[in-house]
Amino acid sequence: MHPTDFTLRGAIEALNEGLVTSVELTEAHLRAIEALNPRLNAFTTVTAEQALAQAKASDARRKEGIAGPLEGVPLAIKDLFCTAGVRTTAGSRILGNFIPPYESTVTANLLRDGAVFLGKVNLDEFAMGSSNTTSAFGPVENPWSRANDPDTRLVPGGSSGGSAAAVAARLALGATATDTGGSIRQPAAFCGIAGIKPTYGRCSRYGIVAFASSLDQAGPVARTVEDCAILLRSMAGFDPKDSTSAEVPVPDFAAACARGVKGLRIGVPKEYRLDGMPAEIEALWQQGLDWLRAEGAETVEISLPHTKYALPTYYIVAPAEASSNLARYDGVRFGLRVAEKGSDLKDLYERTRAAGFGAEVRRRIMIGTYVLSAGYYDAYYLKAQKVRALIKRDFDEAFGKVDAIVTPATPSAAFGMDEKQDDPVTMYLNDVFTVPANLAGLPGLAVPAGLDAQGLPLGLQVLGRAFDEETVFAVGTAIEKAAGFDALPRLRAGAV
Amino acid sequence: MSLDTATIRRIASLARIRLEEEEVGRMQAELNGILGWIEQLQSVDTEGVEPMAGGGAVSLRMREDVVTDGGIPEQVLANAPDREGEYFGVPKVVE
Repeated sequence: MHPTDFTLRGAIEALNEGLVTSVELTEAHLRAIEALNPRLNAFTTVTAEQALAQAKASDARRKEGIAGPLEGVPLAIKDLFCTAGVRTTAGSRILGNFIPPYESTVTANLLRDGAVFLGKVNLDEFAMGSSNTTSAFGPVENPWSRANDPDTRLVPGGSSGGSAAAVAARLALGATATDTGGSIRQPAAFCGIAGIKPTYGRCSRYGIVAFASSLDQAGPVARTVEDCAILLRSMAGFDPKDSTSAEVPVPDFAAACARGVKGLRIGVPKEYRLDGMPAEIEALWQQGLDWLRAEGAETVEISLPHTKYALPTYYIVAPAEASSNLARYDGVRFGLRVAEKGSDLKDLYERTRAAGFGAEVRRRIMIGTYVLSAGYYDAYYLKAQKVRALIKRDFDEAFGKVDAIVTPATPSAAFGMDEKQDDPVTMYLNDVFTVPANLAGLPGLAVPAGLDAQGLPLGLQVLGRAFDEETVFAVGTAIEKAAGFDALPRLRAGAV
Repeated sequence: MSLDTATIRRIASLARIRLEEEEVGRMQAELNGILGWIEQLQSVDTEGVEPMAGGGAVSLRMREDVVTDGGIPEQVLANAPDREGEYFGVPKVVE
């Protein structure tokens, strides 16, 4: 078996049995990156030397009889997580040369558990986007392509497009990602892999470049639901350095995958049946519900009446928080500085931020600044916070009746790199099914469930109660098993 | 409501983002497109609803008011575009 073909769990077992070493696994993935990254552009920084040193140290630890839960497993890290001594760009020109002196809590947790870091992966600038086309380091290509139109290059989704493309193309066994409005689940669905945004507060935000602090959550993407569960257990946990980190125990998520769904009540929100949604997505959704019923679950129609207001609410709350968070990029303490001879301080700020931020980031800072400005705060921001409370209330009431909710993950399959780029609002509609979970702080998992007529992957989404990722993993595993999804992208390690 | 070009310039100034004259029209069209779309929130009845500020249900913790780190000026200044001694360098602010 080629070392890049392992699942993460399979790799851990092979390492434990001595069938493969971490150095062998790491070298195989580095070779795959060398072969495919020039085309995919998934990695912004490859830390080959450091990865091999970590792999050697891991193999040595294993010989000593010390092995963490992720001992020797090569991973990719979204370039939004600060990594000590390794450039962290957030996909932005303004942080293009930023080398953090400290490690994010999530990546520190992974290192503690023995993981090897192959490098940093591309993303939409400051995680703002659904196509990974806003990165200052160029777009990422989806390793999948349409069967009848193989030359059109497709987006991997975003913002965690590099994470999803790298894992789908087998350049890493798993990757870290973040999700503010769908940035884990949408790219996972577009690339035919699994990804979970856990409950808000489950993973520490310390050391993750901030976008919208009340919505941002870290989570893993991997090729199986169980692999996500293994990674999440290592990533999660209370951290005093993040005031919103939840002081709750971290369960054995992987054990929950095998629970089954017998007797579970699965909610089917009628408001997620959109006009104009492709028939094959509707059909896949029904298929998913049939699978769950066949395994002994009961499906229940529910109503989440404020669903249609989730996106407009998000596009007030997220830009408002972003405009505040991104005020720190001022050309003074770190990152890019642009000034003319004779620039005063305000001119330095304005030139630095105009040159350092791309169009989508500038747009969102402008929207956020406007909705927070004197005279408009109540009409926009306060109103959005109230609607957000209603969206959360819808979920609270639904979870009184059901144990989990199943919906499509995205309203379409992956689209072409040149499509949906003309109008910001068209791009925003990609996140129609994923944004509500961020607003309500709930866990959401994307699981690959089938292919569309063009051979592109489609995903289903499982939503759960706050801090009940275990039920989400159980439902996701049941869908994954029933779907038997074994299609592979055209661009992948070993195939080219 | 629709933003005029003077408002676009004022927001850019508040956001400390330099906007070239030829960029104003496009920014105006994009912002008005987005604001027109989010206008639909005004039709939601939010009478008596408490605004939701944070992302989680947990209330924020208090901690002892003590210094937890410090004494690392080299690390703090390591990424500074300009520095003088142990200070960040900026253009002259006071005449």
